[in-house]
Amino acid sequence: MCGLSSGLYELIIKMLDFVVWLSETKWSIGLRESLYLYPWIESTHVLSICLFFGTLLFVDLRLTGRVFSSLSVAEMNRKVLPLTLFGFLVMFITGLLLFYAIPIRNYQNIFFRVKMLLMIIAGINALFFHKRMSNEAKVWDKDSFIPGSMKSSAITSLVLWSLVIIAGRMIAYNWFDCDRQPQPRWINTLTSCEVDYSLFEGIDGF
Amino acid sequence: MDSKEILEIFYSLEDTFIGEYVRSSIWLFPVIESFHLIGLGILGGSIVVMDLKLMKLIFRDIDKIYILEQTKKFFVLGLSLLFITGVPLFLSEAVKLYYSRAFWIKMTCLVIGVIFVYFVRNPLIIKKQGAIMIVVGFLSFSIWTIVAASGRWIGFS
Repeated sequence: MCGLSSGLYELIIKMLDFVVWLSETKWSIGLRESLYLYPWIESTHVLSICLFFGTLLFVDLRLTGRVFSSLSVAEMNRKVLPLTLFGFLVMFITGLLLFYAIPIRNYQNIFFRVKMLLMIIAGINALFFHKRMSNEAKVWDKDSFIPGSMKSSAITSLVLWSLVIIAGRMIAYNWFDCDRQPQPRWINTLTSCEVDYSLFEGIDGF
Repeated sequence: MDSKEILEIFYSLEDTFIGEYVRSSIWLFPVIESFHLIGLGILGGSIVVMDLKLMKLIFRDIDKIYILEQTKKFFVLGLSLLFITGVPLFLSEAVKLYYSRAFWIKMTCLVIGVIFVYFVRNPLIIKKQGAIMIVVGFLSFSIWTIVAASGRWIGFS
C-alpha cells in the first residue's frame, strides 16, 4: 500500500514536470496570450455540449423507453450516435487545446481532477453499456423489452455526464488555486500544491 | 423609455435580494452557471435533432412531425432550466450586462429564436413539405447557435 502511494506520488510529480515543460512551449504561450483564439476554442468546447450531451440525452432516454419508442434501439443508435461521437471528438480536441493553453493551472485544479475522474467512470460505464447493447439490442427490439440494468446504466450515464459538465464549468472559477493560500491541507494534497506551511503559523486551522 | 431609464432599472435589479445573494457567495454563481449549461445541452439537443432532420442530415426516412413530437418537450425543459438559472445570473451582474454587447445580441436572438420556433418552424413542420423546410431548419439552427455562442461571449467581455 505504501509502495503504491509513493509510486502514485512520484507519477504526480513527474506529470507536474511534464506540464511545466508543456507550459513553456511556444504554442502554449501563444494560446494563453491570444486575445481571440482561446475564447473561440472555449466557445466551440461549450457549443459541442449541445451535440454531445444533447444527443446523448435522446440515446440514453430511448433505453428507458421515454422517447422515440416507435424506433428500435438499434435504429436510434445508428442514427443519433454518430452525432454524439462527433460532438465528443470536437470536445476532446478543443478540451486538449484548452488544457495545453494553461497546463499547470489545470493540472493542479481540483475541479479538473474531479472532471477527469468522472470521465473515466463515465467511460467505463459507456464501454459496459455499449458492449452489452451491441450484443443484445437485436433481441430487445424483437421482444420490445429492455433489461433494468441497461436502463440504470443509461440514467447513470446522464448523471455522470451532467456532473462532468458541472465540474468542467467550475474549472474556470477554481477557488482552490495553489497561489490562493492558505487552503486546508487535504485540498493541497489533492491538488499536489507545494506549500510552505511555516508561513501560516498562527493562522487558525494551521 | 430611454437608455438612461433602462440603466436605472438594471441598477435596481442588481440591488435585489437575489442579485446580492448570488454575488455574496464564491461558489453560487459557478454552480448556477453549471446548471445553465446543462439546460443549454438539453435545449441544444432538441434543436440539433429537429433542425438537422429538417436539413435532411439525419432521420431521413422518419416523419418530421414524429421528430417534433419527441423533441418539443426537451425544448421546453431546456428553455425552462435556462430561464430559471439565467434570471439569478442576470440579477447578480445586471449593470455589467447592460454594457455588454454580447448580452444584447444574445437576448435579441433569443426572442427571435423563441418566436421563430413557435410561430414559424413548428407550424410549418405540421403544414409544409419540400425544400423550404431545409431553409427553415437552417435558420433555426443558425439563430440558436448565435444565442449559445454570444451567451458564452458574455463571460469574455
